[in-house]
Amino acid sequence: MAIKKIMCACGVGLGSSFLVEMNVNKVLKKLNIQDIEVSHSAATDVYKGAADLYVIGKDMNDIISAYGPTIVLDNIVSLPELEKKLTEYLTEKGVI
Amino acid sequence: MEAILNVLQQILSTPSVLVGLIALIGLLAQKKPIEVVIKGTIKTILGFLVIGAGANVLVGALNYFGAMFNFGFGVNGVVPNNEAIVSLALNTYAQTTAYIMAFGMLANIILARFSRLKYIFLTGHHTLYMAALIAVVLTVGGLTGWQLILAGSALLGLTMAIFPAMAQKTMVKITGDDSIAFGHFGTLGYVFSAWLGSLFGKGSASTEDIKFPKSLSFLRDTSVAISLTMFIFFLIVSVKAITTTGYAEAAALDANLTMGQHWFIFSLIQALTFAGGVYVVLAGVRLVLAEIVPAFRGISEKIVPDAKPALDCPVVFPYAENAVLLGFLVSFLGGIVGLGILSLMGGTLALILPGVIPHFFCGATAGVFGNATGGRRGAIIGAFGHGLLITFLPAFLMPVMGSLGFAQTTFSDADFTVVGIIFGNIANFVQGTGLMAIVLACFAAPIVYALVVPKKVKA
Repeated sequence: MAIKKIMCACGVGLGSSFLVEMNVNKVLKKLNIQDIEVSHSAATDVYKGAADLYVIGKDMNDIISAYGPTIVLDNIVSLPELEKKLTEYLTEKGVI
Repeated sequence: MEAILNVLQQILSTPSVLVGLIALIGLLAQKKPIEVVIKGTIKTILGFLVIGAGANVLVGALNYFGAMFNFGFGVNGVVPNNEAIVSLALNTYAQTTAYIMAFGMLANIILARFSRLKYIFLTGHHTLYMAALIAVVLTVGGLTGWQLILAGSALLGLTMAIFPAMAQKTMVKITGDDSIAFGHFGTLGYVFSAWLGSLFGKGSASTEDIKFPKSLSFLRDTSVAISLTMFIFFLIVSVKAITTTGYAEAAALDANLTMGQHWFIFSLIQALTFAGGVYVVLAGVRLVLAEIVPAFRGISEKIVPDAKPALDCPVVFPYAENAVLLGFLVSFLGGIVGLGILSLMGGTLALILPGVIPHFFCGATAGVFGNATGGRRGAIIGAFGHGLLITFLPAFLMPVMGSLGFAQTTFSDADFTVVGIIFGNIANFVQGTGLMAIVLACFAAPIVYALVVPKKVKA
């Protein structure tokens, strides 16, 4: 399955998800991937098919994991952790 | 010439366009491609208009609630909710808020550069809310025009740097390193919780050794959480109102008391209308911030590379998941006990109902902070103290909010209320230019301190 949309989600959809979105964009830029759209939103806005991949903190996993593939971050602000997990995921899916 | 001036003046006094202009300048300064500039500017203006639309939805439901509460209980009941009060404040103070937010971020960068408060506050929605609060309080304090914007920006910049500094000691304990800071305007509540934890929590084991049911995590979905609590509040209030004697006569006179539907359906619809209003406001805030925060981050990283980013409160949640749940429940309990105390005081202060959002996010964070200094006992006592704190502070804030003090909602988190109370009360004694001088002195103090007092040499 091609990955076109990545959504970062948190409780209110303003703070941590926004930060994760900025970090995801940094990683994608580093990997030279341009055709993936990244957004951030509240847990309320997540439904099946809203995105091809959700990037969330460990504490949101119970709510979000039912709606599609997730990357779960132990430390939501850690850029190295995100870079490692996202690169692994994209390699596995054949995007890079 | 006069026509051009007129247009210029209209641009600078229409808040949505003004905020759009700030985004436009920011995007151009970053040399973004033209399509990104257009997209970002439009989204920012759109977001501001969406906030206004959400405000109308919220106010409808709140007016019913207020009228019925007042009639049923004979006193004012207030549900503290940042989104609600900010959207109301923006009706009147939008232009001032926009200027204060833009220049306040600049003031934050200046402080981080020249003082030892090396923190950059990245929680954009709280920056916006604090800007709105400051705009209200300083306007009530008699400041207008450039004095209002100068003093307001300085005060905003100061809060953005000083509150993360207060939380940093405990943050190091929680996260285990000194690289990220905490930026959420409930800091005083969390520091209070951490202090209580260190006082009473000696030798208590960490909350993370307890096994908790995960079923309460659905409350992390804010729309669900707000709907549920508001539904319960509306049910209680509408039942109390219709069973109070003289209801039929009063309802004939006051349109806000006439439910027009069965009270159960009415409560359901109004509760969800309120939650819907908050949802719309949040969507608007998200649109407004989408371009402003990354720009702020980019600029500050260039100018103050050694500063620590101060981040939103869920940043600490993964470090102590049980403390999150425990903190929420106990803080909410504190809110209910606080409400009881307020009602025993017999209506001298507004009755502050426990809002689920502040108790969830701030209570949870208070739990994490309490746990860091005093384990389980620390988390429980700290979060309970926090729950009491955010019940009493809003009650004291309301009198200094001018006409907004009579709304059925107010600011909820500790730092908003404390900043409002302090500067609102200073404004009772010193108005106008004197007030501005006090604010500017507060802003300059950390810079002067950094210049005069030599840096401690690390042993």
